[in-house]
Amino acid sequence: MSRERLFVKSTRQIFGVRGSLLFVRAIGGIRYGELVEVSLDGTSILGQVIDVSKDAAVVQVFGSTTGVTPGKSVVRFYGETIKVPVSSDMLGRIFDGLARPIDGGPQPIPEDYLDIHGSALNPALRVPPSEPIETGISVIDGLLTLVRGQKLPIFSGSGLPHNRIAMQVVRQAAVRGSGESFVVVFGAVGVAYEEAAYFLRELRSMGALDRTIAFIAPASASTVEKLALPRVALTAAEFLAWSYDAHVLTILTDMTNYAESLREISAAREEVPGRRGYPGYMYTDLATIYERAGRVATRKGSMTIMPILTMPDDDITHPIPDLTGYITEGQIVLSRDMWRKGIYPPVDVFLSLSRLMKEGIGEGKTRGDHRELFSQLISSYAEAQYLRELSAIVGLESLTPRDKKYLDFGDLFERKFINQGERERRTFEQTLDVGWEVLSVLPEEELKQISPQTLKKYHVKYRLGVQTRSG
Amino acid sequence: MSGSSGRIYRVSGPLVVAEGLSGVMMYEVVRVGEEGLIGEVIAIRGDRAYVQVYEETSGLTVGERVVATGRPLSAELGPGLIGSIYDGLQRPEKEIASSTGSIFIRRGVSVPSLSRDTRWSFERSRDVKPGDKVNPGDLIGFVRESPLIVHKIMVPPEVGGYVKWLAEDGEYTIEDPVAVVASGDREYEVRMYQLWPIRRPRPYAEKLNPVEPLITGIRVIDYVFPMAKGGKAAIPGGFGTGKTVALQEITKWSHADIAIYVGCGERGNEMSDALTSFMKLMDPRRGRPMMERSVFIANTSNMPVAARETSVFLGVTIGEYFRDMGYDVVMVADSTSRWAEAMREISGRMEEMPGEEGFPAYLSSRLAEFYERAGRVRALGRPERYGSLTIFGAVSPPGGDFGEPVVRSTVRYVQCFYALDYGLATRRHFPAINWLLSYSLYTDFVKDYWNKLTSWSEYREAFLKILQREAELSDIVRLVGPEALPEEDKLVLEVARMIREDFLQQSALNPVDAYSPPEKGVMIAEAIMEFYRLARRALAKGATVARVRELKSRSEIAQLKYYTLKQLSEEVFKKVVDDVRSEFRDLLGGE
Repeated sequence: MSRERLFVKSTRQIFGVRGSLLFVRAIGGIRYGELVEVSLDGTSILGQVIDVSKDAAVVQVFGSTTGVTPGKSVVRFYGETIKVPVSSDMLGRIFDGLARPIDGGPQPIPEDYLDIHGSALNPALRVPPSEPIETGISVIDGLLTLVRGQKLPIFSGSGLPHNRIAMQVVRQAAVRGSGESFVVVFGAVGVAYEEAAYFLRELRSMGALDRTIAFIAPASASTVEKLALPRVALTAAEFLAWSYDAHVLTILTDMTNYAESLREISAAREEVPGRRGYPGYMYTDLATIYERAGRVATRKGSMTIMPILTMPDDDITHPIPDLTGYITEGQIVLSRDMWRKGIYPPVDVFLSLSRLMKEGIGEGKTRGDHRELFSQLISSYAEAQYLRELSAIVGLESLTPRDKKYLDFGDLFERKFINQGERERRTFEQTLDVGWEVLSVLPEEELKQISPQTLKKYHVKYRLGVQTRSG
Repeated sequence: MSGSSGRIYRVSGPLVVAEGLSGVMMYEVVRVGEEGLIGEVIAIRGDRAYVQVYEETSGLTVGERVVATGRPLSAELGPGLIGSIYDGLQRPEKEIASSTGSIFIRRGVSVPSLSRDTRWSFERSRDVKPGDKVNPGDLIGFVRESPLIVHKIMVPPEVGGYVKWLAEDGEYTIEDPVAVVASGDREYEVRMYQLWPIRRPRPYAEKLNPVEPLITGIRVIDYVFPMAKGGKAAIPGGFGTGKTVALQEITKWSHADIAIYVGCGERGNEMSDALTSFMKLMDPRRGRPMMERSVFIANTSNMPVAARETSVFLGVTIGEYFRDMGYDVVMVADSTSRWAEAMREISGRMEEMPGEEGFPAYLSSRLAEFYERAGRVRALGRPERYGSLTIFGAVSPPGGDFGEPVVRSTVRYVQCFYALDYGLATRRHFPAINWLLSYSLYTDFVKDYWNKLTSWSEYREAFLKILQREAELSDIVRLVGPEALPEEDKLVLEVARMIREDFLQQSALNPVDAYSPPEKGVMIAEAIMEFYRLARRALAKGATVARVRELKSRSEIAQLKYYTLKQLSEEVFKKVVDDVRSEFRDLLGGE
């Protein structure tokens, strides 16, 4: 954005202002979608042409229209759509929502200027994602495996530790196999001052900063900076993925703030609102962000996206999580009950799902027993959950010894498998081993999802050569 | 034909208003701006034409040229369709990639829909010779397009007359004439491809009742809510209810000659997953890759919104074309909600009076135009041919709420309704088709087919009755617990569970269970019904449900679906039924 500009044209003919919209009498050659600069006394704000006709152009400004004076303020047209400078030197740096450095360093020398809206990947060139990413978090790696090229959101609620999970993923995530470059792009949209400060502190103290690019637009940033941030972050990510063969994981938090900004702009434009006042095109808008994830046949790199959003009122049918769920390949849902129990990360395993997991696990990817262990853990935990409810009605004493073992399993599963330290990084092997460890409280004949061969090879009892509690 | 030209007056998102396009007609294709972006006239008000542009419009400016092409948006229909992957404007995506060298789809690309260079081996029809009179739809030759599909070259719908010349067998490109038809003093060169406006239904001789079932290989559809060849169905479901998997399974296994998969505003990774699996998977009935009988239209959610509508109509038009050759065609559209949302967006920009939830008032008639193109027909022309086009449309209601406008408008036209249920999906019951909400109006049409195989009508009714009773009982159970029920009701719960788990549930991931031939479904149903019959008799003689529940043959029934039809009919089925009978004999003998 800091490139020297030769403005093609300018005008003072503003004839109306409403919210963040300026109505400008048309001059020849205004392009739909082009960037404009409106100068006020001493300062200037950016904007974009959102409607143009022979008579008038409508300009959406990226900020407050305070101080705009019809007939006096000058509107200058850039002659091109919104583009950002990108460069591999952006690694290790922190930027705002329009890619301006906010870490005190200089603007990196751009290698290219790219349109932040990007283009759609050719569907015929896409290849189905199938290689796992190790986040070091057991509940994700073991039960909701993230694969390169996937878009997997975290649905959270206010007050839940999604930011801490995000930072843990930034710190720990890696791809298997050596010699491949792995990059994390972190984008924070409309976060409160405290959160922004937390992110900055964490990012700076983290050894992983040299393979991270961070973009932060605090809550006080202009609406349009917040709208631009996810696209700016993904443009930088795409540049590294498709030009530098990097495996890029982009984490975007909190997309609820993004959707709020979208609604604000839509209301200012007086558009017909869809559900709960969100614009009818919100699905398409979110899709143009999330669909930038993927892998293609002719490139080595990959684009993986993990958006984080807080569900208003913890309501999963609210338009924001609902539309997101229609676009993404699964979801990781955080649960307030689990968090109250002191489990971190408090993931609701039953509501969560990774749709692309089945392609990304097993022999040669994670480990041969992963698939069976996964189904066994889920079905045993479901049984434990059912028995918990039952025991709440009929009382613990009327349960059979088998049932009680399931209750033990349920507790152990939550405390040892799901629960883990914020700074604890578990490899896939460690995660799967913990899974076997908690399963060992159940009698062997209850492990119906596991084939005898797998059992012999991985069950704690056979591997350690000792009798376990259930044995 | 060179059309008139005008200038851009206004640009607002995908909507461009042009002035000075004299004599432009509704739905005519226009080229917008210097890059010649493709657009379609969707309204004319005075001197201004409202153009829906199918590509990204940013950078367009007032005063740029708009040129009318003189024809409506049309599909190219001919050899080369099979195995193609098109975008919503029928541009072949593989060819775009190789001609632009980019991994992205950028606007303004122009690649012909059907290859102009490929030489196809044309074989003339032995029934037609020079001098014969031909009518629209008559076959004049054949091209073996893929090992599975013989492409029939037909006289286009608006052409007729005397054959003046007919090409010899040989290799031709689609641009080469293969026949000359003369009518009066006019001559028409017939080529191997024809153009057809995608919004106009292709003509046929007669529409017929859909009396033949369309076997999908999915038990809950085939057996409980049957689909007919030429039928139309809606599959609504919230996210995570397995809509896309269900649609992919239908496209893969349906007993149809041609499958058309329209991905309209959906996920790119899913599209690529479908593509990859169609290339790898073998058609169980013919042992060739599925791709050799499929056409893909991939307009993912981040591709231009306006092209969602064309992708749906393009799919239908290609389907009708193969139907006219006498083939049975299945088309799935995932998802019609995204198309409806595109209509809403354009309508809003046109400042039309909105209907419910901002959708345009013509939402329902547009959906009707689409679904009504399904059907079983006697095609135009000789020799006599019967073909069908079956449509499955996915609906993605916000929040999984079936009361929203798209679902409500759709149910007025479809005859089958497969309601996907969030509750079933979370319990991992797949396909998550809710048996209490779903229905099929083709049940009576197809009963003759099924009753030849088994006492289908009777079993089907019994199944539904048991499941209905289970739903009623489950309310009581929640209050008083299952043990308080009378023995007969306990048995109903037990058998309902067998129906759900052993029959309705079907795993798309299990290679044997993914496709269930009709005979196999019949065997499982018979085994369950036999179990039920004997269990009821046992109860009458004083046995308890607790004892019945312990029978080992119950789990043998549960395993039936994991056997192939061959294994079942050779020994397994008979053995299981014998085991059921002997266990019940022992049960009663032991009392």
